Amino acid sequence: MTTNDENKTLKWVGSRPNRPDGVDKVTGRAKFGADLTLPNMLHGRVLRSPHAHAHIVSIDTSKAEALPGVHAVITGADLPLLASEFVPAGEAMVNYGDMCRNVIAREKVLYDGHAVAAVAAKSVQIAKQALKLIEVEYDVLPHVIDVDEAIAPDAPVLHDHMFTAGVEPKPEKPSNIAKRVEFKLGDIEVGFAAADIIIERDFNTETVHQGYIEPHACVANFSEDGQAELWCCTQGHFVVRGYCARLLGMEVSKLRVTASEIGGGFGGKTVVYLEPLALALSRKANRPVKMVMSREEVFRATGPTSGAKVWVKMGAKKDGTITAAQCELKFQAGAFQGSPMQPGAMCAFAPYDLENVKAVGYDVVTNRPKVAAYRAPGGPISEFGVESVVDEIALLIGMDPIELRLLNGAQEGTQAAYGPRFGPIGMKETLFALQNSEHMQQPLGPNQGRGIASGFWFNIGGDTCANINVSDDGTVALALGTPDIGGSRASMSMMVAEELGIDVKDVRPMIADTASLGYTFLTGGSRATYSSGMASVQAARSIIEQMRERAAKTWDIPLEAVEWEDGHARPASSNAGEFEPLSFADIARTMAKTGGPLVGSAALNAQGAGPSFAAHMVDVEVDPGTGRVEILRYTAVQDAGRAVHPSYVEGQVQGGVVQGIGWALNEEYVYGDDGTLQNAGFLDYRVPVCSDVPMIDAKIVEVPNPRHPYGVRGVGESPIIPPMAAIANAVSAATNIRFTELPMSPPKVLKALDEAALPEAAE
Amino acid sequence: MARHHITTHINGDEVEFLCDTEQTLLDVLRDELHLTGTKEGCATGDCGACSVTVDGRLVCSCLMLGVELEGKQVSTIEGMADGERLHPLQSKFIEHAALQCGICTPGVLVAAKSLLERNPDPTEIEVRFWLAGNLCRCTGYDKIVRAVLDAAADMRGAAA
Repeated sequence: MTTNDENKTLKWVGSRPNRPDGVDKVTGRAKFGADLTLPNMLHGRVLRSPHAHAHIVSIDTSKAEALPGVHAVITGADLPLLASEFVPAGEAMVNYGDMCRNVIAREKVLYDGHAVAAVAAKSVQIAKQALKLIEVEYDVLPHVIDVDEAIAPDAPVLHDHMFTAGVEPKPEKPSNIAKRVEFKLGDIEVGFAAADIIIERDFNTETVHQGYIEPHACVANFSEDGQAELWCCTQGHFVVRGYCARLLGMEVSKLRVTASEIGGGFGGKTVVYLEPLALALSRKANRPVKMVMSREEVFRATGPTSGAKVWVKMGAKKDGTITAAQCELKFQAGAFQGSPMQPGAMCAFAPYDLENVKAVGYDVVTNRPKVAAYRAPGGPISEFGVESVVDEIALLIGMDPIELRLLNGAQEGTQAAYGPRFGPIGMKETLFALQNSEHMQQPLGPNQGRGIASGFWFNIGGDTCANINVSDDGTVALALGTPDIGGSRASMSMMVAEELGIDVKDVRPMIADTASLGYTFLTGGSRATYSSGMASVQAARSIIEQMRERAAKTWDIPLEAVEWEDGHARPASSNAGEFEPLSFADIARTMAKTGGPLVGSAALNAQGAGPSFAAHMVDVEVDPGTGRVEILRYTAVQDAGRAVHPSYVEGQVQGGVVQGIGWALNEEYVYGDDGTLQNAGFLDYRVPVCSDVPMIDAKIVEVPNPRHPYGVRGVGESPIIPPMAAIANAVSAATNIRFTELPMSPPKVLKALDEAALPEAAE
Repeated sequence: MARHHITTHINGDEVEFLCDTEQTLLDVLRDELHLTGTKEGCATGDCGACSVTVDGRLVCSCLMLGVELEGKQVSTIEGMADGERLHPLQSKFIEHAALQCGICTPGVLVAAKSLLERNPDPTEIEVRFWLAGNLCRCTGYDKIVRAVLDAAADMRGAAA
């Protein structure tokens, strides 16, 4: 698709109109996952494992089934057992053998909170009562929570059939290491030999949850004729349709999925949990079934991201040139394989132009919930380690950390260790913007420190459809397939208005259900505005072509003699004849007489998603009495390619930064010795609140992506990559102690301060 | 067990409903009265998504029982706009892009309105501490705080 002329003045793209769904969302009208009620509807609840690891000896549901008001009870036996088979799904792979066991346990329960059975009853209260009547006999097994313990030779093995992939020869014994990957460039031994200094560090990050405020929810309605409808909060209803059809053993087109408004996802709503269970219950009860998770269930049984052990070793010359970079990542996958260690390893050193790189990753299963994507899955973890070591190199050789990054930074033509050669990218531009910021001039006081970090994310494109229906009053309805989590509908409407030359208020966007639009991959990988924007533009251009045809027909001149400019069909030159230009609204009004309905469709596989770079700077103050870290000032620079709606780009940046602040300072899953989660609620799993953070200064730089008609790059993910390292670097600067473990919570910081003070105290 | 018959006022209208003893105000609003603008994020009083006012006092509706509503005045997000006219906070939230997914928005708006009724000229710090009970995971709070401060300024201007 051709890129718009960069010099052309744009009316909508780059402006800040009110979002089309704004009024619905400020008045309580917008319908989220739990807001739908159907006539005759039942309420479903899930029985979950109290054990971290156990064989299921037997399940007796007879007493629950006998309870008045209970209409269906299901266990693993009610859903087909699928073979182990990997299928690509965006930034990861899914395995149906694992998925069918994760949505409801079969032979074993593998984590505290693993679904074991489900009930549909006429009220939530009766459903909860029924759960207590289900008798499950467990044979409790030894469990393993820590990644290093899971790797140990005598560790309890979760899956007897799992042999480490990616190592030669194939191991003789099963283990908890699902896979090993390696990415290499050059020769690191040569690189380390050329180094004047070498820094080597171990890092640890804890499991954190996406923390979307809306718990998972759905309503399933299975009909006696074998067709079903599903309403759910998801980042990808087409993906949910595919997964559920497979898990239920039904034909894909017999399931119609409608995406509700979605109350946050951050990657955590790219998978299915309740949906297949609600469908199975509805099929059994022949009535609609609604299921909503409690917050406790969300924490115990849905997608956190990996905690990880990260080892980084880097060598540099005294002039700052990085000569070698090496890392080893051990990621917790949770109960089933599929941690984001591969993207973590791929992006670890991607911000830099390096000759000698080796990144190794291990995917390790543990008795925790299976991880799901979380905003740039893997990136924040590996880049936390790398950006901390880069900071130490700068300190050791006495170089400004921004200058060090500029000296080694990736640019157009750089060969990335994970494969591709970069096109135009904004790595250095984000650093220049930091250098030029007012923040740079802010003096620091006692116990204060400043930290810098860069970040990189791949971004993806993929299968996408869009449809535009023109109405005879000159307005259009725009159907999209990517659920709108953060205002993307506004951006798509703006691109369509720009193309068609109409007012953005005359574009009515909606998220179409799976029967009404072609297959569209999910909102994830920072792809929604990029891919759906591309499809929307293509659909709009199809409308323009058809409008030119209508004008040619009306004027009785050849199609080539009609041009489209600023929302009007005009004769291309005086040779074509003298005709009054026809506006978009003129042609729309007469479409019934000139050939019938005007519909523009696009179905494409979006290629060329441009990588996204970020650079962050943070000032912190460490309270020596309590160990509390306060964020004083934060500046985050993001290359957006082109910011279609700058307010929502800033929003992605600000939101990603604050999630990163939580990851850096407070958030962690805490397990007891019995392998059960100890802090499954917002009181004890502390996400940042309004009074914890300052304003987040989001600065946008624009290095257009040549593969998108408006130069768009995805911006949803990279903002969460730099915060952990930037904050750790700032805390280290404030305390002269290198912090390598997340979260840097007050007890940990205080302990480090006390330990550092001990030698002095002894003197 | 017989259900309780309760008569109360919601957004100015007299409302009667039946509820079980254990049903919370949030359950009653959502499941009995189908006022689904009030959201459940945690059901433990930690996230503020279910914020409403009862007799002018800001509460998490998940922490009150439906049976406590007899004779009370409840205000929810559905009663915030004056007919077609949005409350200044609602308009400013749209204008400032102070919402992304929108699930926390009703609770945040109800809480912010309650703040401005008590303190028409809050500082940034006062806004941040008042809204500390309303979790938002999308915005990082920046645009929310700006929208509240801007709405407060507008409302003071209109009142002057």
